[in-house]
Amino acid sequence: MADPMRIRATAKDGVADVRVLMAHEMETGQRKDSSGKPIPAWHITEVTATLNGKPVLKVHWGPAISKNPYLQFKVKGAKAGDKIAVSWVDNKGEKRTDEATVGG
Amino acid sequence: MNRSRRTTLQVAGSAGLYGALVSIGFLRPGTAAAQAFDQGAFKVSGIAATMKAMGADGAAESKDVVIVAPDIAENGAVVPVGIRSGLPKTEMMALLVEKNPNALAGAYEILDGADPEVSMRIKMGESSNVVALVKADGKYYMAKKEIKVTIGGCGG
Repeated sequence: MADPMRIRATAKDGVADVRVLMAHEMETGQRKDSSGKPIPAWHITEVTATLNGKPVLKVHWGPAISKNPYLQFKVKGAKAGDKIAVSWVDNKGEKRTDEATVGG
Repeated sequence: MNRSRRTTLQVAGSAGLYGALVSIGFLRPGTAAAQAFDQGAFKVSGIAATMKAMGADGAAESKDVVIVAPDIAENGAVVPVGIRSGLPKTEMMALLVEKNPNALAGAYEILDGADPEVSMRIKMGESSNVVALVKADGKYYMAKKEIKVTIGGCGG
C-alpha cells in the first residue's frame, strides 16, 4: 500500500485552496538501470478530487510529472468543515484515497 | 519571438489536439474512458502532434491563459508550473512541454465547482517551451512560455 497523501485545504472568501502532496516514484520508463535494462514506467495516471463527495477535478497525468507529485487547485463554494477527498490510480492499478477537512 | 513562427506553431498544433480534447469532453469519469485518453495523447511527441491527438488544432493564443512558472529552473526534475485561465466556462486545461519525449505532462478536467487554476511540478529534460492549453466553452486557447533548465530532469 502506498504511503498516505498529505492534503492541506484552507478556505478563504468561499474558495478553498487545496494542496496535495502524493508519495509516488513517478518512474518515466525512459531510464535504464545499471545493467542497461530499461526501468518500466510506473506513474500516477489519474487523480480525482471531490468536495463533500461531489467530483470537482479530474486529472490525467503522464510520466513527466515529478516524483512525489504536488498538486494545487481551488474549489469554489467550500467552507471550513467541508470534506475534500483525493484519489489517485497508477498505471499498475494501485490506488489510494485520502481525505482532509477544509480549515478556515 | 516573432509572430509568424507562433502562427505556424498554432496551425500545426491545432490539428492534433482536437481529437484528444473532444474525447476528454465526452468522456464520463470512468476508468476505461480515462485509460483510452491516456493511451493516446500521452504517447505522442511534439506539441503539434499532441495537440492534434487532443483535438485542439487551431487553438488561439489568448491573454487570458496564464502560465505561472520561473524563467529559469534550477532543477529539471522539479519545475513548478501553474496554469490559470480567465476564460469563462473553462472545461479543460493541459500542460505540454515541447522537448520532452512525450509533450503532454498533464490534463485537468475542471468539473463544476473547481476554479480554473492548477499548479503542479513537472520534469523537463532540457530548456523548452511549455504550452498551456485551455478548452473554454468548446473552443481551444493557448499560451506559451520558455523555461530554461540548468540541470536536466531526464534522470527523473
